[in-house]
Amino acid sequence: MAEKVLMKGNEAIAEAAIKAGCRHYFGYPITPQTEIAAYMAKRMPKIGGCFLQAESEIAAINMIYGCSAAGKRCMTSSSSPGISLKGEGISYLAGSDLPAVIVNVQRGGPGLGGIQPSQSDYFQATRGGGHGDYHLIVLAPATVQEMADMTGLAFDLSDKYRIPAMILADGTIGQMMEPVAMPETEPTQYEKPYALTGKGNRDHHNVITSLSLAPEELEQWNVSRYERYAVVEANEARCEEFMMEDAEICVVAFGIASRVSRNAVRAAREKGIKVGMIRPITLWPFPKEALNKAADKCKAFISVELSMGQMIEDVKLSTECRRPVSLCSRAGGMIPSPEEVLAAIEAANEQNGGNR
Amino acid sequence: MKRIALFAGHYGSGKTNIAVNYAFRLRDEGKRVIVADLDIVNPYFRTKDSKEDFERAGIEFISSAYANSNVDLPALPAEIYRSVEDKSCYSCIDIGGDDRGALALGRLIPYLKEEDNYEKFFVVNFFRPLTRDAKAALEVMKEIEAADHLQFTAIINNSNLGEETEAQDIADSVKKVRELEKLSGLPCVMTTVEERLADKVKELVPEENIFGLRLQFKYFAEVNKNG
Repeated sequence: MAEKVLMKGNEAIAEAAIKAGCRHYFGYPITPQTEIAAYMAKRMPKIGGCFLQAESEIAAINMIYGCSAAGKRCMTSSSSPGISLKGEGISYLAGSDLPAVIVNVQRGGPGLGGIQPSQSDYFQATRGGGHGDYHLIVLAPATVQEMADMTGLAFDLSDKYRIPAMILADGTIGQMMEPVAMPETEPTQYEKPYALTGKGNRDHHNVITSLSLAPEELEQWNVSRYERYAVVEANEARCEEFMMEDAEICVVAFGIASRVSRNAVRAAREKGIKVGMIRPITLWPFPKEALNKAADKCKAFISVELSMGQMIEDVKLSTECRRPVSLCSRAGGMIPSPEEVLAAIEAANEQNGGNR
Repeated sequence: MKRIALFAGHYGSGKTNIAVNYAFRLRDEGKRVIVADLDIVNPYFRTKDSKEDFERAGIEFISSAYANSNVDLPALPAEIYRSVEDKSCYSCIDIGGDDRGALALGRLIPYLKEEDNYEKFFVVNFFRPLTRDAKAALEVMKEIEAADHLQFTAIINNSNLGEETEAQDIADSVKKVRELEKLSGLPCVMTTVEERLADKVKELVPEENIFGLRLQFKYFAEVNKNG
């Protein structure tokens, strides 16, 4: 295990990207993720990498398109309004089957919103965010250590499946400082025969595009992409189960909301309530199976979110609406307190005939 | 003791927390204290978090009207000049991180130089990723001096790993401090330590001047508990 350092979540992402072999970062500053760009600006020139502050978010995501097409590991980062600007480019990446890592350190919205933490870009992230039929692989870190670990994982999954990956964090985890042990393993190398590196002795030109004017062909591209998505859904859904063995109430929460919920679950257990938590680690693919299995035993579910209620829809879909699902959430930059989550657990327990 | 204490350092070195604790220490000694928040870089974690504590303790506090609001505007109020002009007070000035943060100090430099009654502390945490050794710390020191055109006068060692810090970690950092003293020619005037560790650290490194820190309220303290 490497020696620990004290890092902000944003810095951990930047350093972990470098450790994962990323030598190209294109970005544009926005609170609360600017430390990623600031860190890259300091580190990249020292290791022969490229830090480029683009003229806009749109420019940055298109630089990612070019860099990824050339076969290089690259990353961009922003916060909510900036991710909306990148939407078109993200759709192009998906439509061209190019890997890339996109970091969203979410803030309150919609519109310009605020600068305090939020999870209200859940729909945008898990449904693609731009136009067309596509998905991103979406990872949701809950600690600064996970910010580092999931950055490496995002690069690997993205290269493996040729699907852009998003780290969906929030302002709190981005700004919070915790001790981190940086992963010391060498980055995995993926063959990229599609990359535009010059024709050389190949018998054909590589072409990367998302454009196809023949609908039969474009349909086929979509169909084969969705075959790949099915493989990802079967193999890559990840979640953590906490105190779920005998749980009758199941809290579902990711990222910062899971940290608050963990405290609330512990407090409710002390009061004798049989409650546990499923923490989705991948938001797409969503850990449907784990939730559906939980619905066999649990009487009720609570979705804890920093939004007006977005993930709750996936909780209902995954459990096929077999159990009541309630919402415990704050929005606009507010974070639910452990007491609020505890109250929601107590209410669900009471309404569903739980004994104390 | 100099009338004005300036706290600068690398990003996330713990300047704000130390400035706040230093101000309370002066206040406990019966001095009139002004705290000025010059941090226009980081809107998330800054001196303004302690505003109510300051008011209760009778410490005057000056910061951007926009600090800790959702308005991300790097502006400072005119009252900031009182920290250098009102000579009946002791002033603690919290400067933003790195060279970018230090730029904001520029406007106060003529006053500081004319009165010549200040200490400018370089706050360092050797557990931060970009200041892992004395050489890297010296580099940051020089970058800050190049930005605000004011030489540091002393070092404060704030090496820590957050909640996971053990007394031995801090004792180990002292070696790096000695090296930084040698490279920079500046003395380390104190090692700042969370109060819970102060006695243990004193035992391990009796020659160091240990300053016990009461941790500042953090915006996200409640979610940070038990992770």
